[in-house]
Amino acid sequence: MTGALANPRLLRALLPPVSLILLLAVIFTIQPRAMSYLGLNLMLNLALPIALATIAQLCVIAVNDLDLSIGAFVSLVACIGATILPENPALGLAALAGCIAVYAALGALIHWRNLPAIVVTLGMSFVWLGAAVLLLPSPGGSAPAWLSTLVKLRTPLIPFAILASALLALLVHLFLMRSSLGVVLRGAGGNPQAVRRAGWSLLKTKMAMYALCGFFGVLSGLCLVGLTTSADANIALRYTLLSIAGVILGGGEFTGGRVSPIGAVIGALTLTLAGSLLTFLRISPDWQIGAQGAILILVLALRALVNRTERRAA
Amino acid sequence: MSAAESETRGVRRRLPQMPQAFSFIGAGLIFAATLAFTGGAGGGQILSTALTFATMYVIVGLGQMFVITTGPGNVDLSIPATIALAGAVAMTVMGGEDGMIALGLLAALGTGVAVGCFNYALIRLLQIPPIIATLSASFLVQSTAIAYGRGLRVRPPPALADFATGRIMGVPYLAIATLLLSVLMAVLLHRTVYGRSVAAVGQNSRAAHLAGIRVDRVRFLTYVLSAVLAGLCGAVLAGFSGGSSLNMGEEYLLASIAVVVVGGSSVSGGQSNVSGLWGASLFLYLLVTMLNTFGVGAGLRYLLTGLIIIAIITLAGGPRAGRA
Repeated sequence: MTGALANPRLLRALLPPVSLILLLAVIFTIQPRAMSYLGLNLMLNLALPIALATIAQLCVIAVNDLDLSIGAFVSLVACIGATILPENPALGLAALAGCIAVYAALGALIHWRNLPAIVVTLGMSFVWLGAAVLLLPSPGGSAPAWLSTLVKLRTPLIPFAILASALLALLVHLFLMRSSLGVVLRGAGGNPQAVRRAGWSLLKTKMAMYALCGFFGVLSGLCLVGLTTSADANIALRYTLLSIAGVILGGGEFTGGRVSPIGAVIGALTLTLAGSLLTFLRISPDWQIGAQGAILILVLALRALVNRTERRAA
Repeated sequence: MSAAESETRGVRRRLPQMPQAFSFIGAGLIFAATLAFTGGAGGGQILSTALTFATMYVIVGLGQMFVITTGPGNVDLSIPATIALAGAVAMTVMGGEDGMIALGLLAALGTGVAVGCFNYALIRLLQIPPIIATLSASFLVQSTAIAYGRGLRVRPPPALADFATGRIMGVPYLAIATLLLSVLMAVLLHRTVYGRSVAAVGQNSRAAHLAGIRVDRVRFLTYVLSAVLAGLCGAVLAGFSGGSSLNMGEEYLLASIAVVVVGGSSVSGGQSNVSGLWGASLFLYLLVTMLNTFGVGAGLRYLLTGLIIIAIITLAGGPRAGRA
């Protein structure tokens, strides 16, 4: 006990998994039948696209920016996946690649003109939404069969959503936290001066992080449309706020390139489960976003407490 | 002082005035383009409607401007949720009766005070960036608004609806009232200790602190002011549109930030511009009107609005100096 308290860094890292386990424990106590393959599968069905969107957001937060357009972007990708992709796969893939290129260009623009990312991405959210409405004026379309089969894969023992989320967390962790390229990319958020003086191009790092955000956004949209099989221009608008909350829940700091991919994926799962908890508690779904906000505030309060003890110890 | 140095000074002195003029010129150009398309028909009507809708943008823009002025990272993301909740509260308290209008308005403003205090409590107690604090607060406020406002079918009192939609010689009452509010806010910003403190904190919060300004109190008041103005906007908007609705605040997140930036206030804080808010608000609304007149569909309208906003901030230029 004293050992853990003496190590605030460990305590902070433990906060996201402990919150997830607590939440799961409450759910399993109220409804023991949720503790099964089927139960977990139902509850975490939509966790993977949210986790992917959260990782996308993490890439931008790592360079001290914030992407307020990711929800609209994921919606657009879902619309492309349900309209162009099944009919003309080559054109669909080209459109998706184009979207990622636009993201990289945004990173360049924001760096070049020193613009506030919030305003630029807020403007972009209208651009993505507009493109999605143009593509799919009313809900509909249908996802390519191979995509649905892939994301609805029934893996043995552990549901696909959990396996895929774990794999995602691991891969991004290895790339961003353990590779030398990852250190440089995060360094652009932590200490841009040092990264520049070491001879790296800040423009390129920013473009790379924005392109990565676009890439994971594309994966999120494809995954989402595979699960829902049809799309709608507003399908993922709430992902913007969810993804930011997920990154912060997972231990990401808002500045200084301090992020945690594993924590972010756990944060996304926690937020997804918050909705299920309300259902089990028979609370109206009206309070779903409220519960997500409350969990976010609670975890942030705990972290503030840890930080305070750390400062007192120092 | 070298010639180059004095030249940059000259440019710096001129620069702050340019974006503000930019928004008015832009609004004028768009209005002219619309009239050219319709052949001059309906000009007065368009302008009158634009003034009504622009006032809503101006009201929330004023609050957002004070917040943004207090420095980098300060943005109020809880405005849409506050608008929705305050609108619902105001309509319930008024209950459709003229006699209760004052009380209903007070309730809406009180909702704003509560949200503002909550926002700042999160920022201060949890030591988190304002964006995250106002975002988490907006989750809770939005949920409260949904639970509270579900199935709410209260029509606004007739007197409020008449005021919100009425006009004198083509000028909406709302525009006149909001103009008075803007003058009041300009005086507050430029002529009072509080207003000067807001700008000082935005320019350099450490220097402001050392100069004896109580930075915490200034920021607290600013977040409350922003939420109160959002509450006012909620009540007015509900009065204007014949009742409150849950998503009526949605478009005001982009709008509130966009009018501040397009209106020539500095995004990195420390410098603000009240009159620019009017130019930018008219610009934004007239832009939508123009695209509608051209017969552009919803999708293309969104797309063009987004692109034009990005183009403007790119042209108007971000903070050139790398001061954090």
